[in-house]
Amino acid sequence: MTNEELLEIVEKEAENTAKFRHRLGVCTGTGCMSSRSAAIVTELQAEVKKRGLENEIQVKKVGCMGLCAAGPIISVQPENIFYRDMTPEEAVSVIDSLDSEPLHEKMIDISEPFFYRQEKYALENAGVVDPERIEDYIAAGGYAALIRAITEMTPLDVIQEIIASGLRGRGGAGYPTGLKWSTVAKIESDLKYIVCNADEGDPGAFMDRSVLESDPHRVLEGMAIAAFAVGASQGYIYVRAEYPLAIKRMKAAIKQAEKMGLLGQDICGTPFNFKVDVRLGAGAFVCGEETALLNSIEGNRGMPRLRPPYPAEAGLFQKPTLVNNVETFANISGIIGDGGKWFARIGTAKSKGTKVFALTGKIKNTGLIEVPMGITLREIVYDIGGGIPNGRKFKAIQTGGPSGGCIPAEHLDTPVDYESLKALGSMMGSGGMIVIDDTSNMIDMARFFMEFSMEESCGKCAPCRVGTVQLYNLLGKFQQGEATEADLATLEELCDLVRNTSLCGLGQAAPNPIVSTLRYFRNEYLEKMKPSAAAAKEEAR
Amino acid sequence: MKKNKKLRLATIWLDGCSGCHMSFLDIDERLLLLAEKVDIVFSPLVDVKVFPEDVDITLVEGALGTEEDLHKLMKIRPRTKILVAFGDCAITANIPSMRNPFGVEDTLNYIYLEMGADRPQIPTQGVPPLLPRAQPLHNYVKVDVFIPGCPPSADTIFFALNELIEGRTPQLSQMTRFGA
Amino acid sequence: MSGNTTIKTFVIDGNPVSATESETILDVARQNGVNIPTLCNMSGLTSTGQCRLCMVEIAGSNRLTPSCVTKPEEGMEVVTESPRLLKYRQMILELLFSERNHICAVCVTNGNCELQSMAQRLEVDHVRYEYLHPKFKVDGSHPKFEVDHNRCILCGRCVRVCDEIEGAHTRDLRNRGIQTLVITDFDGPWGESKSCTSCGKCVHVCPTGALAEKGKSVAEMAKRRQFLPYLVMRRKGASK
Repeated sequence: MTNEELLEIVEKEAENTAKFRHRLGVCTGTGCMSSRSAAIVTELQAEVKKRGLENEIQVKKVGCMGLCAAGPIISVQPENIFYRDMTPEEAVSVIDSLDSEPLHEKMIDISEPFFYRQEKYALENAGVVDPERIEDYIAAGGYAALIRAITEMTPLDVIQEIIASGLRGRGGAGYPTGLKWSTVAKIESDLKYIVCNADEGDPGAFMDRSVLESDPHRVLEGMAIAAFAVGASQGYIYVRAEYPLAIKRMKAAIKQAEKMGLLGQDICGTPFNFKVDVRLGAGAFVCGEETALLNSIEGNRGMPRLRPPYPAEAGLFQKPTLVNNVETFANISGIIGDGGKWFARIGTAKSKGTKVFALTGKIKNTGLIEVPMGITLREIVYDIGGGIPNGRKFKAIQTGGPSGGCIPAEHLDTPVDYESLKALGSMMGSGGMIVIDDTSNMIDMARFFMEFSMEESCGKCAPCRVGTVQLYNLLGKFQQGEATEADLATLEELCDLVRNTSLCGLGQAAPNPIVSTLRYFRNEYLEKMKPSAAAAKEEAR
Repeated sequence: MKKNKKLRLATIWLDGCSGCHMSFLDIDERLLLLAEKVDIVFSPLVDVKVFPEDVDITLVEGALGTEEDLHKLMKIRPRTKILVAFGDCAITANIPSMRNPFGVEDTLNYIYLEMGADRPQIPTQGVPPLLPRAQPLHNYVKVDVFIPGCPPSADTIFFALNELIEGRTPQLSQMTRFGA
Repeated sequence: MSGNTTIKTFVIDGNPVSATESETILDVARQNGVNIPTLCNMSGLTSTGQCRLCMVEIAGSNRLTPSCVTKPEEGMEVVTESPRLLKYRQMILELLFSERNHICAVCVTNGNCELQSMAQRLEVDHVRYEYLHPKFKVDGSHPKFEVDHNRCILCGRCVRVCDEIEGAHTRDLRNRGIQTLVITDFDGPWGESKSCTSCGKCVHVCPTGALAEKGKSVAEMAKRRQFLPYLVMRRKGASK
């Protein structure tokens, strides 16, 4: 595949698109699919055929459009109308409305901040392209960056662009991507690996799933560019088996890209070879930890390794390995296409670009959003999220899932960037954002996450394996109103132990939900303490 | 503690085998030395029925196995200056805790009904109900001194008591351990 | 030793010491009579840093470092004992005691147990965390040995010795978190294992009474580990 051939496809696709008077895009992400969007596609296609409009109306499967709360969604182009809560039965009336009045009662108001406050970058194609057709991705400008990188740039150029972009790891820790790439590039080895971490395991998080389902080629392109930059020839996408649709689309995408010569041997007539395979995880949260993930790909029990050595030096099968998250890879083609500087214009001084969040919990607009770094939490909750439903009050927002912490109302004006969130005792995380209203108790929430960490602990090191259970049980005592002063002291002491002595990130971060709720909502713990027992025990002393 | 006045010592036996008390008696003739410094005001070894007020040191043998044990402990604690968890059962619930993984019902059924007694029945009259789990003392009250051992040796007990009588906290880690 | 061996000098607890490229902080500490607590490490087996007892402080860093898997750097100042380290070690030990059913008084290794003696050494005279009292089974199907999971601390020594020294890899782990279980083959009875050579190495590296010879009564099971340094020495000799 050369650039010319690529442009041919673009032209052909454009011609094809131009011949339709109307284009209907139906979301076929997992969320909308579970509300029968696959049947909507079938119904629409049948109806279009019945009316003999195949050459005038296009019915297309697309990825996630973001407003999952309103799904299934149908988009009508070029009118740029979006319909909410569609059913296979109602979908036909969309066709009726095409050359007359739109269905006002079903229209989504796209003048709302949910739409204009977002900045789509990694999700640029989500909801626009058909994730199952490589041509559609190419028509949207896809693979141009890869071809440009391998035919016009040196690996060092590519790395320089990534460094210039200021991109940081979107898996949550925020390690500078360019630095990681240059480390792997510098280490000499006959074999290097690229690993895409798609083992998204946080409760309430579905960013990576959406990216894979909506725009799988974008991730592949990012991986291929990375492989070129660091000198790797084999890539693995480690996806959890609970994401069947993402797996199906990713596997199809790999086949399509191989057929077109965008993956495989001598890509674009250059000596660059790169092959990608999918590896399935069995749903262990700890396998999102990169060294446990590598163990799992190797066929071993998913338990974290000690670092150093870091994967960049001795990763998969002891070879230098670049591990990046799905969203990180999804940002690459844009950076190479538009330049690192262009990317870096968005965001704050230290956190560049955009971030995808899965906005869930007690919020009106549940869904997938992409926002510029530096946006405040208030804007996310009240503008994009539309505020708290049922007239309830905002209480806190949990970022970073079970490894993160909660942020109370008084910090809502904090800008979303790696450092600011960390300073508040939470973290950017991979993008889970759970809004909590005043009906929820923070001890319940902390215990929910502790239960998760406890069940997902791999069992390797004692502080995490047993410490999380003891913490979970102690929180149970608070829930029951049976905790004493001594229990509170033990709780804090154990949090400190687990954080400082656990072997991997899962254990080290596991106490965060307790630590942050103790920091901002200590009263809820104090109120739950057993007054009589505390007094009795005091008396007994 | 005042040297001129004899200290008031109590010992009590909860859910345990009395082995710690036997070991206490094993200090042999040194009991006479002890008797110069303390009065034993309550103990299975003496004939006092009511746990007195103002006890200086109480040695508690045994885990908390029944509601009665717990009741006794709660009574002892406010009446005692220094409460000593005496032996492994008091500290870890030890042997009595071996029923804990199985639960009260299964344990009773197994012991009284399934083990082949002539007239299988679970006793309910005149026996205190079992706690759901046998537990160490410090789960319920503040314990001042721990003397591990199953049982602690006579030397350990004598040393620990002497230290307490002299107003010091006994350092026992070199002398005894869990299961000693 | 060849002439181009690199030697690093660093400091353990204020005393200058030296290390070769391959030695860890723990190795060097042992050579110098500093006995850093550990329950999972065993000379001759791969270090995994999982019991977290051998964590040490390094001057200039707030992070604790597992000494069994960390190679010293030139000039590094290592502290192996401090109030903070003692506190954490005691807590970890208490967590281990609370995890399963460690009842020393009725254990075959009473008096010969590393967990028990570690408690004594670190002055753990009671456990502040509630005992979890899980229900684990005993596998007595092997004619010579038995495994009592109630006494297992998941140090992984048996898994490693079987894999690395005996070469049988009969043992591995299943489940996760506190449900983690050392298993034989695909979790079958030990007595029916096709891969087990009945060599008993796992029994003798086990720090507690989880693995024991059959027929031993309370306090009778002393572990014999002389084989390990001997085999490791022979193997090193063979590879030269």
